[in-house]
This record gives sequence, C-alpha cells and structure tokens, in this order.
Amino acid sequence: MELISNAPAGPIEQSWDKHKFELKLINPANKRKYNIIVVGSGLAGGAAAASLGELGYNVQCFCYQDSPRRAHSIAAQGGINAAKNYHNDGDSIYRLFYDTVKGGDFRAREANVYRLAQVSVNIIDQCVAQGVPFAREYGGLLDNRSFGGAQVSRTFYARGQTGQQLLLGAYQALERQIGLGAVKMHPRMDMLDLIVVDGQARGIVTRSLYDGRIEVHMADAVVLATGGYGNVFYLSTNAKGCNATAIWRAYKRGALFANPCFTQIHPTCIPVAGEYQSKLTLMSESLRNDGRIWVPKQPGDKRAPASIPESERDYYLERRYPSFGNLVPRDIASRAAKAECDAGHGVGESGLGVYLDFTECIQRLGKHKIAERYGNLFEMYERITGENPYEVPMRIYPASHYTMGGLWVDYNLMSTIPGLFVLGEANFSDHGANRLGASALMQGLADGYFIIPYTIGNYLATAKPAKVAADVPAAKEAVANATAITKKLLNGSGNRTVDSFHRELGKIVWDYCGMSRNEAGLKKALSLIPALREDFWKNVRVLGANEEFNQSLERAGRVADFFELAELMCIDALDRKESCGGHFREEYQTPEGEALRDDANYSYVAAWQYQGEDRAPTLTKEPLTFNYVKPSQRSYK
Amino acid sequence: MKLTLHVWRQKNPQDTGRMVRYDVPDVNEHMSFLEMLDVLNESLMLKGEDPIAFDHDCREGICGMCGFMINGKAHGGFKGTTVCQLHMRHFKDGDVIHLEPWRAKAFPVIKDLAVNRGSFDRIIAAGGFISVPTGSAPDGNAIPIRKQDADLAMDAAACIGCGACVAACPNAAAALFVGAKISHLGHLPQGQVERDRRALAMVQQMNIEGFANCTNIGECEAACPKEIKLEVIARTNHDYIKAAFTERPESEVAGAG
Repeated sequence: MELISNAPAGPIEQSWDKHKFELKLINPANKRKYNIIVVGSGLAGGAAAASLGELGYNVQCFCYQDSPRRAHSIAAQGGINAAKNYHNDGDSIYRLFYDTVKGGDFRAREANVYRLAQVSVNIIDQCVAQGVPFAREYGGLLDNRSFGGAQVSRTFYARGQTGQQLLLGAYQALERQIGLGAVKMHPRMDMLDLIVVDGQARGIVTRSLYDGRIEVHMADAVVLATGGYGNVFYLSTNAKGCNATAIWRAYKRGALFANPCFTQIHPTCIPVAGEYQSKLTLMSESLRNDGRIWVPKQPGDKRAPASIPESERDYYLERRYPSFGNLVPRDIASRAAKAECDAGHGVGESGLGVYLDFTECIQRLGKHKIAERYGNLFEMYERITGENPYEVPMRIYPASHYTMGGLWVDYNLMSTIPGLFVLGEANFSDHGANRLGASALMQGLADGYFIIPYTIGNYLATAKPAKVAADVPAAKEAVANATAITKKLLNGSGNRTVDSFHRELGKIVWDYCGMSRNEAGLKKALSLIPALREDFWKNVRVLGANEEFNQSLERAGRVADFFELAELMCIDALDRKESCGGHFREEYQTPEGEALRDDANYSYVAAWQYQGEDRAPTLTKEPLTFNYVKPSQRSYK
Repeated sequence: MKLTLHVWRQKNPQDTGRMVRYDVPDVNEHMSFLEMLDVLNESLMLKGEDPIAFDHDCREGICGMCGFMINGKAHGGFKGTTVCQLHMRHFKDGDVIHLEPWRAKAFPVIKDLAVNRGSFDRIIAAGGFISVPTGSAPDGNAIPIRKQDADLAMDAAACIGCGACVAACPNAAAALFVGAKISHLGHLPQGQVERDRRALAMVQQMNIEGFANCTNIGECEAACPKEIKLEVIARTNHDYIKAAFTERPESEVAGAG
C-alpha cells in the first residue's frame, strides 16, 4: 500500500486556501440527501456534527456518555493556543507552526500543522461569538498566558476550565442543530464495528448501553472523533470510559494505524496513592508558569519541604534548561522528573513525586493573584490529597495523558478507507511525537469546525456513494462479529474481574512502553501481553446479560481491544530505533540524556496495517519532508 | 475503616427497587467515594453478585456524569464537591451510609444509582445557545466585554449539568440549571440578541419535561458542586417576565431586508 498524503504542493502559506478552492462543492439543496455519521461528541466530534448540521447534511451523532456534554474534552484545564498576537510579543501563524513542528520533534506533516496554525485564529473568534467566557483584562479584551514549549503568550483560557467552556460552546451549537432536527443524537451508544461496502465506509454497528440492542446505521460517510487510547495504561488522566474500540475496530477493517508508540506522559499529575486508584488527576501545565519544580539534593531526604533549606534544593529544570526553565515541553519535563525519582530524589511516601512549589510567587504576587489564576486547581488538589498547596508544595508525578498516534489520515483527514474520516486525538496528524500544551483543544476544534466541513463535501461530490441497504452482507457480517465478541465475553466463567486484567495490562505497558523504552523491555512486553490476553479470554468474569444496562460488559469489550492495541504500541516502539518526543528509547540518547533522533532512517510516519488475528501487522511508511522548519536537535537549554 | 452501606438496587426502569445492605471492610481514607464502590463491586462480582450500577466518567469533578444521594444529600453535601471528588477521609469507622439515585420525575432511574438526564439536553436544545453558525464570527476582540461581566458569565457557565440541584430540591425544579445557562449567556453582549427567546423557550421546555416550579427554598445552591448562586434564578425570572410581556409573535413575512 502507498500512502498519499494529498498535501498540496507550492508555498505552504497558500496551500490550504488553494486546496479549499480546488475542493468540490455540493449544492445546498443536495446536502440534505447525504447522511453522515459522527462518532464522538467532544471538541472534534461535537464541532463537526454541529457544523455539518448547519451546512444542511443529515447528521447522526453517537456518544457513549449520557449526554454529548460529558465528552472528555471537558476536562482540559489550561487553555487553547491561537496565533492572534494580541499581545504584540512576536507571535505569528508561522511561529505557532514552527513551535508545533519543533515541539513534535519533527515527526508531523508540515502542511497539516501550518493549516492548524492558520485556522487557530478563527477558532477563538468562533468560540467568543458562541459565548465562551474566556478570561478578559480590565479593558475588556482577551487575556493570554504562556504555556510549555513556547516563549510567547498565545494561550487563551477560561479559568482552569478551558476545555469545559469550549466543549459547552460546541455542545450548545450541537444541541441547537438537534433542536432544529438537523442532527439526531444517540447518547449511551458504543460503536462496535465499521461497515465497509465496496471498499467505502458506509456505516457502523452500535450497541445501546441501555438495553444491549445491536443496531446498524448506514451513511454516506463516517467520521470518527472518539479520542485517544491513553487508558491503555489503565491509570491515566483520561475519563474512565475513554476507549479505543471505535478506532481499533476500524483498524481491523483496514484503516491504517499511525505511530501508535507516540504517547504523551504529562509531567504534572497528582501521584498515585494506592492499589485501588482508579484514575489520575492532572494539575494543569499552566501551573508551571508560576510554580517552581524541585527535589531535595540529598537522595532519600525525608524532611518536610519547608525544613529543607534553599541550598539543599535542586531546581533541576531551571538548572538543566536555563532558557525555558520550568516551561520545557512535556516530554522533557516528564523524563526529567522520572530521572530524579529513579536517582532517589523523589518525594512523598512512594518516592514517586517531585515538588511544585508556589511559595515564591505567592510572596511576589500575593495569594489573591495566585488564587485568581489557579484557585480551582488548588482546591482540587486539596480535595484529593488533603494538603493545602498555598502552604505545602504540591507533589506531582507524570501520568499518561494524551496519545499523538492514531488512525492515519491524509490532508483531508480521510483514513485509508475511503469515506472514513478521523478527527481530533483519534487521528495522528498534527502533533508528531510530542504535543505542546494547549494544542489538543486547538486541533479538535480546527478539525471539527474548519476542516471536515470542507473536505467531506469534496469526498461526497467525487465518490458519489451509491445507496446501500442496511441488510447488505457487510452489515450482517459486522453485526455477527459484534454479537460474537459480546457473547464470548459473557461466556467466560473465570475468576478475575475486567479491572484486574486492565490494571495488570496497564502496568506492563507503563513499565515497558511508558516514559522510556528499551529493546529488552519491549520484547518482554511482547511476550507478556499476548499471554495475559489469552488468560483474559479464558478467565475473565463478566456477569449479567447483553440485554441490560451492563457496565462490566461495556468495560470488558474495551479492555479486550486495549490488549491488542498495547501489542501494536510495543511493536511500533521496538521498530522505531531512535528517540523522538514522547518515544524515548534508552539506547538512543545524547551524552546529556536527551532524545537522539535518527532523521536519516526514521523521518517517517509508521502506519500499520492489520493482517488478521495471529498475524503480524505490516508497516507502511509515509516519508516526512521538511521544507520550512529544518530538523535540528531540539534544544530548550 | 469499616462501613455499612444501604444501596438502592433497581434492576431496570420497570423494577420497583429496594434498599440492600452491604458491609465494606478495609476502606482506605485516601480512596474516593467511587473507588470505594469500585472495590465493593469487585468483591460482589467475584461472589457472582450483580455489581452496583452508577454513572461516572472523568472522576475529576467536571464532566457531571456522576452523582447520587449520600444520606439524603446530593453528592454527599460537602461544599463544592462531586461524589467522584469526595474522599473517604470525610467518613469514619462504623459509619452507616445510605445511597439513593437522584429522585425526580424528569430523571427516570435506569438501573440502581444511574438515571436518565436527557431532559437537561432537551432544555439546552430549546434555547440554551447563541445562534452563530461556524465561520460567521467577528474577531474575538471586536466586542470588548467588561471583566466583571466575563467573570459573572464564567461563574454561571461553570455548571456541569449533573442534576444535583434537581435532586436536592423538594419540588424537583430545574431552576438553578436553567438559570445558570440564562445567566451565562445573558451576561455577555453576544447573548443579548436571543435573550428573550431563550428565556421563554427554556422555561417552556423545563415545564414540558416535568420539572416543578421554584419556590425559593435554596437547597439547590447548597447542593451545587460548582456553587452556582441562587441569584441566577432571579435572572431567569427577570428575563422570563420581561420576555413574556414584550415578546411578539414572529412576523409572517420573513426577511428584514
């Protein structure tokens, strides 16, 4: 298979405008004849469903939660980037593009990233008009803050709840279309399979989480906006329900999966407290604007932080990266924290934590200013840990947060299955090997509001999908497949719960395919995972029936897919014999311990194709060329 | 610590339901309330008993999916806290805890502690938005907004749609939920054009869904995990009354130009 990116040639500044003009249109009266399925209702899916509904398409939108407003985009705290340069500090579309390509360690497609930076400015306008209450200055204009990996202030925010406010904006736009009858919403539905007819994506099979009903929904195009697979680690900052089932089953129907080993471990999360822990909570990266990260110089120093004098503290980020200091990108901050803890400098009961200290900025700015900036985060921290961060430094540790990998898409956001589009975190396209803070919200909304409405019309106008009935053999086969998986899960009469398997899987992936990886570890994971998966299918115990509200059954199906995805992650990580961004192979590092890329051999997108059960997936490479941002050793020193 | 739970078990919407007692040994004070239920559910499953169904997702207090009554109080009655963020250090050894789903006609029980809150979505669909199709927005800084107004809008916009206000209200009114959206959008210049229509449409839908009227008791404000203020209800009343007097039927001849 050859991967054609369809990225336009010519000057990058004009490529999106030129491309938009070349895309075929569908006349307004004809749009209502087309049915589009959108799976997922977060920033990407919600924005897409609303915008496509506004254009006049017949849209059906699906989510697993009880309401589209619950999608996990809602939990994003810090902000959204846009190249507005409202602060006259030297920002521009080109600079946002440059920072994103560099931040992604030169493993993203330039044309996509440039377009993302271009439409970032439209996103802010759209959101303000929808009533998103972004932070304002006294003059009434929009406020900005700086964020990791950037030296300009380009991050727009709404307290520590930016994702919530952006999602409510998209949700309200979506509800408006639902009220007008343009979009039909299907909450509490899992997508269990993709229906491919004559090589085109033509529908999905769903299971109602209310009563287990299996349904077929046919359409002219299918849009997946189902988020990332960070929950493969079990403990992550993702919501409990976040899962990879939709993209994984699309992969098994022929969509290529790109860069699965590119996962982001976020540096500032509340450390694990115990075995029963069900999820990890993020403390926004924006805290690194004012907080200073340190550990005791003396390994194993168990004194209370206040009684460790200044001279015995190591502000290791400021020491190692003087120009970016505490604002280095996430991958670097996470690895540095791990290195300190591995060397015995970690704090807290488990020794897996570093301090994030606000003492100095509270003295400089006053408690009220800090409360205004981060009040809700401080409260959340205290609620969870029982410690007051105004008085005691926060303890933080890295946790699985975001996945840069995802289904491969071309410039039009279409996967290798014609008619199957993939948006937001579910695709691989814009962040390369590491995502910069405040860029996920930007990408989700860019894809949903400003890209898919153009590119999907072109597909429908050129492919002209013929009518297909809901009882075509492909649909029947997909229903049989979905039903068989459910039956198999319910048949298990074993003695272990779904969560206990998921926890064990997560630990394997975290230990061998987490913040740092090596050949021996990855090979070990590749023997442990299939063995555990086999045990899962033999010994998992799922009670109840399909025809009821059955939360264990929902989880079991998702975990079954995580087993397979975890294996692909490790295969990809083993194959990529270089370090880049979030993918740190211990064998490939600079003398200072930084990631060492191998551009001569690995400057490509690794896209994997499913070959059937028990057969190794095959690798197809999309070469990456950099005509604008010349690859260099990423330095934040 | 050791706890005794009495949990509402209801197999499906048709079932009558009953309270069932569970003893939970070995509760760690650092667990969240939902993690305590996870541990209980794991043990139930291993015994072959149906686990307790409850809604949850983000587990960081923002998605609004979780929530049930703990000893008669929505989310347990701790200030500004959803049940997923409630930690067991607030309880002590030997406590007896009663868990029930949100009780309201407009929130039918699905199973055990999980209810259907689709009525909230339909209220938003009726008018809880600003009509601005994608692509039609002016520059973000074109309309300055007083910081105080933006902050007040944000206070109200913090609503997570969990339904605690309805569950806490003796009338099962949705006034705080509706008021939060009306205040959020009403404090912003962008929200003025549709302000009258919004109030009329949302209140009408609220009535259709079977939520009762507000009688200014204030339980909703006390129960709200996002501490939405009662004054948002005054704003609904203000907007609704004004709109009821001034709103005219739409002109039959459309097109202002």
